[in-house]
Parts: sequence; structure tokens; C-alpha cells
Amino acid sequence: MTSNLDARITAVTGSTVVIEGNDIDTDRIIPARFLKHLTFDALGDHVFEDDRKQDRARGVTHPFDEEARRGASILLTAKNFGCGSSREHAAQALYRWGVRAVVGESFGEIFRGNCGTIGLPCLTISAEDAKAARAIGAADPAAVGEVDLEKGVFVFGGREFPVEISQSLRDAFAAGTWDTLTELLKSADDVAGTAARLPYLNGFHAG
Amino acid sequence: MGSTLYDKVFDLHTVRSYGDGRCQLFIGLHLVHEATSPQAFAMLRERGLPVLMPERNVATADHVIPTDTIARPFLDQLGEDMLTRLEENTTNFGLRFLSPGSGEYGIVHVVGPEQGLTQPGMTIACGDSHTSTHGAFGAVALGIGTSQVRDVLATQTVTMNRLKVRRIQIDGELNPGVTAKDVILHIIHELGVVGGVGYAYEFAGEVIEAMSMDERMTICNMAVEGGARCGYVNPDEKTFEFLKGRPAVPTGEAWDRAVTWWKWVASDADAEYDDVVLMRGADIRPMVTWGINLEQSVPIDGLLPQIDETSPEAAASFAEAYDYMGMKPGTSLSEYPIDVAFIGSCTNGRVSDFVEVATALERSGAHVAPGVRALAVPGSNAVREELIRRGIDKVLEKAGFEFRLAGCSMCLAMNPDKLVGQELAASSSNRNFKGRQGSPTGRTMILSPLAVAAAAVNGSVCDPTSVFGQAVTTPDSEGVLA
Repeated sequence: MTSNLDARITAVTGSTVVIEGNDIDTDRIIPARFLKHLTFDALGDHVFEDDRKQDRARGVTHPFDEEARRGASILLTAKNFGCGSSREHAAQALYRWGVRAVVGESFGEIFRGNCGTIGLPCLTISAEDAKAARAIGAADPAAVGEVDLEKGVFVFGGREFPVEISQSLRDAFAAGTWDTLTELLKSADDVAGTAARLPYLNGFHAG
Repeated sequence: MGSTLYDKVFDLHTVRSYGDGRCQLFIGLHLVHEATSPQAFAMLRERGLPVLMPERNVATADHVIPTDTIARPFLDQLGEDMLTRLEENTTNFGLRFLSPGSGEYGIVHVVGPEQGLTQPGMTIACGDSHTSTHGAFGAVALGIGTSQVRDVLATQTVTMNRLKVRRIQIDGELNPGVTAKDVILHIIHELGVVGGVGYAYEFAGEVIEAMSMDERMTICNMAVEGGARCGYVNPDEKTFEFLKGRPAVPTGEAWDRAVTWWKWVASDADAEYDDVVLMRGADIRPMVTWGINLEQSVPIDGLLPQIDETSPEAAASFAEAYDYMGMKPGTSLSEYPIDVAFIGSCTNGRVSDFVEVATALERSGAHVAPGVRALAVPGSNAVREELIRRGIDKVLEKAGFEFRLAGCSMCLAMNPDKLVGQELAASSSNRNFKGRQGSPTGRTMILSPLAVAAAAVNGSVCDPTSVFGQAVTTPDSEGVLA
């Protein structure tokens, strides 16, 4: 694969925004009514919209509403973040709000894949370290962390937490080849060859 | 050592391996709908790309479709815009569109099998997580995001990692009143909502073999709720019987060749699995979710669990769920009156679901309780027409259900069918997430269509056999009302 210098992602540096709780589903991240947008452009304003509204009604400030979190680029989460619906709108909403890396204990698989296709790395971290990192982030909105994809570490609050991402995605981010379509378009002949051997595309004659 | 269906299909469809665990996977059938496709088509236009194989891409409209009238323009302008955009995109890019006007529309996961588009051994993709439904036919069916919808449109392929395969084998028989929905809720309760991450689920064993295709679709539909990327059932005679004669299915000698190949695709008897889970049908009770994720469920006549103190996290999760649902540990769900009963969705919106419910209602003479809004929303227009042909619509209406037009409806409330305020719904759909059914504070309990009907009649959740008796919960396959 040829690398694309502009698209290379090897590290993400910035302050953090913290979402506590397991099983944060994509309906929470972006409610279904925002799927009725013909573009992704406005989604950043509506990330966690209903959670934010309900917090406001209870006199609580949601992390995505905290003034001090504006400009944060690293999202710290817990277990099974992004489970549920396949809506890419969830990844898009986070990205357009400003998130450039997500560090959590585990992720919904379709969500993690969607993040990958838009250049938003999701990295896993042990439960213990996740808790420690969230505590540091929650206590200090100004604390700046660095997710180093190549070294596999999240440097934050004077600590160095091991984080993981699949080798394939790390390579794709490092080479700037995470844009799946560009890669897929390179093998038109191979696609035709595969189609030619599939029984159901060829009258069910042996391929 | 033999192979699993998943591995056979994955190997056959692999265009190339990237050498880093990722593969380029050919997609045999791509299903498109209005909610997750407009940005994908826009990305094609930006790059000046055509749809590579328009004939392998079929569209329908389901998420935003109103269920009272489909007269245009829709009252909901955003919904109208989405449908208009899909009409433009399918016309401009040359895709077949099973449109509302054609009468062939419906929920994409109901329409695919109905048309015979869904077949064993295929890879199927759709910009919807419940694409796993199609695995009931022995397809590898994957929910994808919008950028991948773009990828499939442009190249008929996606980038995928190979999954591990877990065989979930359920032997024995189910008790009366226990349905496919209860089986999958039981599986998710046992294995958890994260248990399936990294896996394809193969559902097998006597209980699955005995199930109709509709029931297998219910099971595979919710594989994704257990964390699995897809789920499937090996094709057998029931699969072939379901498919025979459907519009997109081969005929004559090609049919014979197809069946031979479909049989080959099934997992070999000596296939090796990454994991095997054994369950007994007799251990499964009618299930209902009480919380805000799908492993938070109990047997329908059980008491709500005490706060799980095994870890602070588990305790927090339970406390959050109880707080949101307005319920208390140790209570019975029968204590919480429901406001809405919803039967429909890609999980349970097929003919047999409504026949089962109508049979129970008709034989028992039961009526929806005062104050409960009961909706019956067919999964497709063809389902609706078949129900009308059999007189099921009249039975449902007589019992107090609104019999509506086809669509996703209140499963995710992208159309006007929504919960209001903190309404509590008994729903045959697939997700109990916060705000899922259209009100940010609305509350959802997921259960089988039969149990939804029982709750509608009783005014709160109860064991269906307590309302309908044991005999009425096992209708014959054609339904007694034909």
C-alpha cells in the first residue's frame, strides 16, 4: 500500500472529555431523529443531545456541555462504548464535535469499524487503567494527554497507560490508508474474478 | 477437519487479503434504505464514481415511512426529503427500488427474504445492524456504516476482519408459551451484551432445527444485540421450502443446482469451532427486559433482580437502569401498568407473529385493557396484505389493536409513531435503550409478540399462558383463522 502523508495518524494530543458508564449505545450518542439529516454536517452540535438535555433539566452539566471541555480531542470511556445501531452518525457526531481518538475498555464492533473508516482511532485500555485515566481527566479539564498509536501508549497525568489497537488499523492509520474506498478501488480485476466464481452469480454452475 | 458455513462463505468471497488480518470481501447482495444511504450516494457523486454492480443492490424505504398514510408528500418534511432523495439516488444510479408506490416496500430485513433475494451462502450487507436477520438462511449478513455503504456501492466489496465462530447449540424442546424471542433473550441474558464481540454466532440444535424460518429470523436478528457481528443458521429443507417459488429464486435445473450448493455451504459435521455453548430448551422461560440494555432481563413471572453488588460498575449500571425505568428491585413487572403495546419490527413483524397473536386473542376473546394504546405494524406491505387476506386484521382490530401500514415504526421512532413522556411500552422490537422509542424519557420492555399481546390485555406484563391458556399459545403453522 502506498502511504498518504496527509492522512497519516500516528498520535493524537489534546485535552479529554470523560463519559462514565458501560454500554453507552449509539442511540445515546446520536438519537435516531438525527438520522433524518441528508448530510453529516450538523451532527457535531447534537452529540449526546438527549442526555445533555436531561442533565440540564436536573441541574447537572453533561461533559459535552462543560465550557472547559471545549476543544477536547480525546474521549475517555468505559466498557462496550458504541454498542447497538450501525449508524455511522454516532462516529460522525463525535468527530464533528472535535473528538480525534477514543480510549475505552471495549467498543461495539460496528461502531469501532465506522470510526476507523473516518479516521477516528478507538483504542482499548485495561479496566483498571481506564478508571484511573477517567479520574485524571474528570479532575482536570486542562490536562493534556497524548495517544501514541505507534508505541501503543496513552501518556496522561504523568502516567503511561498501555493501549491497544489492531495491528491492521494501526498500520492503516500510520500509512494514511484508512480510507477504505481508496484501497478497495485498487483491485477491480480481482473483484470481477471473485464474482465469476460465485455459483449464485453464475446460474449455480460449478465455479 | 471440516469447515463452518462462516469460513466457507468468507473464503469464497475473499477478493484479497491485505496481509494484516483485513480482507477485501465481496458482497453478494447489498440492501439499501433511506436512512443510512444519502451520504453514501453523495460521496460517490463527490468522487465521480458509479455504482459498480447496480443489479446486486436493492433499495426499499422503511425507517421514516408513516404507518397511517403513505400519501405524498409526508406530513413530516424531513421524512419526505429522505424518501425523495432515495428516489433520486436509485433512479440516477440505476438501483431497483421496492418503493411505497409499488406495494413491494417494507422493512428491509422482511422484504429481502420475502422477495427471495436473501439466499444461503451469500454475503449480505446493509447499513443497518439488524442485517444479521438474513443469517437465518445461512447467509453471512453484516450490518455496516455509511462509509461502507459507499464502499459497497462503488466496489461491491468491504474491508472486513475474519470473525471467530461460536456454535450455540440448544437441544430438547421449548415449553408452551416460549417463543423464538424468548430464546434469543435467554441467550443474551446468559452470554451478555458483550459476550459475542469478535464472533459470528451459529445457532444450532434441536430447538433451532424445529423452528420456522420466521422464528430463525427472530433469533438471528438479535444476534447483534449479544455483541456478535452476525448470526446464522445452517440451511436445511425448511430453508429451501421457504425460498422455492419466490421472485428472485432460480427455477428448474438451476434450482436443483442451487439446492446442491446450498447444502454444501452448511457447516460440516466435523467443523471446528472457536467456542461451543450448550443450552437446554426446557430451561428457557418467557423472558422480558426490565432495564436499558438487553441482558437486563428476567423470566416474565420472576422478580426484578437485586442490585448487582459484584462490582461498583455493575451496581452503577443496575442503579442507572432502575432509576431510568422507575422500577424497584424485588418487585414484579406486573406492578407497572403499560401505556403502549407495540407488535412489529424486523424482529417480530412477520405473518406468523401476527397469526400467533391473533389466534390467542380470538380463542380467548380477550380485549386490550382500557388506557393501553396497542399498535400492530406489519413488517412489510406483503405481510399486511397476507394478514388482510386471512382476516387477521379484523381479529386484531376487534381485540383493540390499531392495524397500521408497514414500516419500522415505533421500534426506533424515526416516523411519527413515538412514545410520549415517560410512557412505558411492552414492545416486540429489539432494543430497550434509553430514548429508543422516540421520547428521551420513554421506557421500553422487550418481549415476544405473544407476551406483548398478553400485556396489552392484562394492562401490565404477565405470563402469556395466564391470559391465553396453554393450548392457545401453540397455533398450527398456517394459523387457525385462514
